[in-house]
Amino acid sequence: MGPFVPDLISDQLNLVVALLLGIAFGFVLEQAGFSSSRKLAGVFYGYDFTVLRVFFTAAITAMSGVLLLDYFGLLDTDIIFVNPTWLVPTIVGGAIMGVGFILGGYCPGTSVCAAAIGKIDAMFFVGGGLLGVFVFGELYPLYDNFYASTSLGAVKVFDSLGMTQGVFAFILIAIAVGAFAITTLIEKRANKTSAPSFEFKPKKHFAAGTAVVALGVLFIFMPNRKTHLINEVSGTHYISSHSVSTMDVDELAFRIVDHEPNVHIVDIRSAAEYAKLALPGSDNMTLRDFFSKEWAPLFSQRHVKKILLADNETEERTGYLLLQKLGYENLAVLNGGFEAFNKTILSPSTFVPVGTRWDNDVKEFREQARTKILKMIADSRNAGPKVEKKPKKIQGGC
Amino acid sequence: MNTKYMNPYLAGFFLGLVLLATIFITGRGLGASGAIKDVTIAVMDVFAPAHTERAPFFNNYVGPGKENPLKSWLVFEIAGVFIGAFVSGLASNRLKFVTEAGPKVRPKLRWLFAAIGGALFGLGAQFARGCTSGAALSGMAVLSTAGFIAMLAIFGTGYAVAYVARKLWL
Repeated sequence: MGPFVPDLISDQLNLVVALLLGIAFGFVLEQAGFSSSRKLAGVFYGYDFTVLRVFFTAAITAMSGVLLLDYFGLLDTDIIFVNPTWLVPTIVGGAIMGVGFILGGYCPGTSVCAAAIGKIDAMFFVGGGLLGVFVFGELYPLYDNFYASTSLGAVKVFDSLGMTQGVFAFILIAIAVGAFAITTLIEKRANKTSAPSFEFKPKKHFAAGTAVVALGVLFIFMPNRKTHLINEVSGTHYISSHSVSTMDVDELAFRIVDHEPNVHIVDIRSAAEYAKLALPGSDNMTLRDFFSKEWAPLFSQRHVKKILLADNETEERTGYLLLQKLGYENLAVLNGGFEAFNKTILSPSTFVPVGTRWDNDVKEFREQARTKILKMIADSRNAGPKVEKKPKKIQGGC
Repeated sequence: MNTKYMNPYLAGFFLGLVLLATIFITGRGLGASGAIKDVTIAVMDVFAPAHTERAPFFNNYVGPGKENPLKSWLVFEIAGVFIGAFVSGLASNRLKFVTEAGPKVRPKLRWLFAAIGGALFGLGAQFARGCTSGAALSGMAVLSTAGFIAMLAIFGTGYAVAYVARKLWL
């Protein structure tokens, strides 16, 4: 499953990968005509909409690919770099760049392409770019607060707009295809005789446009894989129609006291509850973490029984069924959830005789288990904080 | 290969595939302004290391224990862009030292405005944390809010001021 950095591709190799991807990037940009400032500027004056066509086609191609790879579980979109948003600085910076685009006729990437094929104006643009960074840095103390202001984190656009990922993807594709059609008409009117769009074959372009919109419609009904699977196994019908293995609190207590190596507690309560009181050797994670590479080695160990622990049994069953759906085996839910364990084992003198001849043994066992487990909890607290095993987010950005 | 440009939709499709491959393999997007920043800082570190390593902003990138800023993903990527574009220009017979400008613009004026435009891009890209490639295109591909805002701000402002600058291009 992608991405291959940092597990399969080391930092050093990643630089080679960067060079190769850059070569492809530069080749395509140049072939598209992005090494020509007049062609680039044309998008603002209506005589050449190549920029809009290339840019939007690239954006919806890459976006569609990301959505499809995510849907088929081939790309972990929770760890890829999502550009964080600094709302007002981005608007201001974008506006400054917009003026730069009109005056300079390039953007940084295209200026490098143009300089590579000998455009002297592009070499001045690149030089100007270095100067711009220098000026920004030298004046940085004037606006360091502004620079860091209105930070929203790595928000996704469909969340910002309050719609689903699929609906947004459809709307973006529809806007792009609509813009392609309209700008072709504008371009033909602005030029009268020759423009890139005079060479288009209308039938082929119409067919391609229709196919792309159809893909957009498909996206409306194609959910995010992780959200979809979690929702599916959380449904009451799904839970009630699938049986699960269970373990009762006394058995778990016994195994904890026994330091049984082949039992591992997967605690899916909130991090706050976990911080307050955690069972010895347990790991805290969210349902989404079940998909991550970090935990796969633990879940894949068939001889280790994974005990789901949550506030109540329903949540435990959800976790159990999700792990089962992901192909993992040897699972169990704890009867009665964390509360039952807390009450029966960890709290003193709640033992209620049930009238069997084992009553005294059970009472004695639970008291011993309580002392021992509480000591184990205290010991692990004193040992300092646990090493967090959160999925590693990839760093990116300019 | 002849000197004609590729069909823009086909070029866009290929560009999208390159970006998708980048995200799939490396988990990050493409970029350009970040490389310009790294080069700027590396140059400054040669001529005024004491200043560069102390100055706020620049000191995030250079100083004791930090890698050379040139050893960054984006610098290698942009070196590739240069090579790739050169190969494309060679293949399509477009290699030529020339200044490209609007019909009413002399080369020296064009150079001046190109440099100003580049400077504005270099500056604006810092506020926006990226340029047309790194913020807008790559951001849009992973559906980040920042990507769409950057795209709207860049192109929206471009259209807003296009009329004022029309003598440069028409």
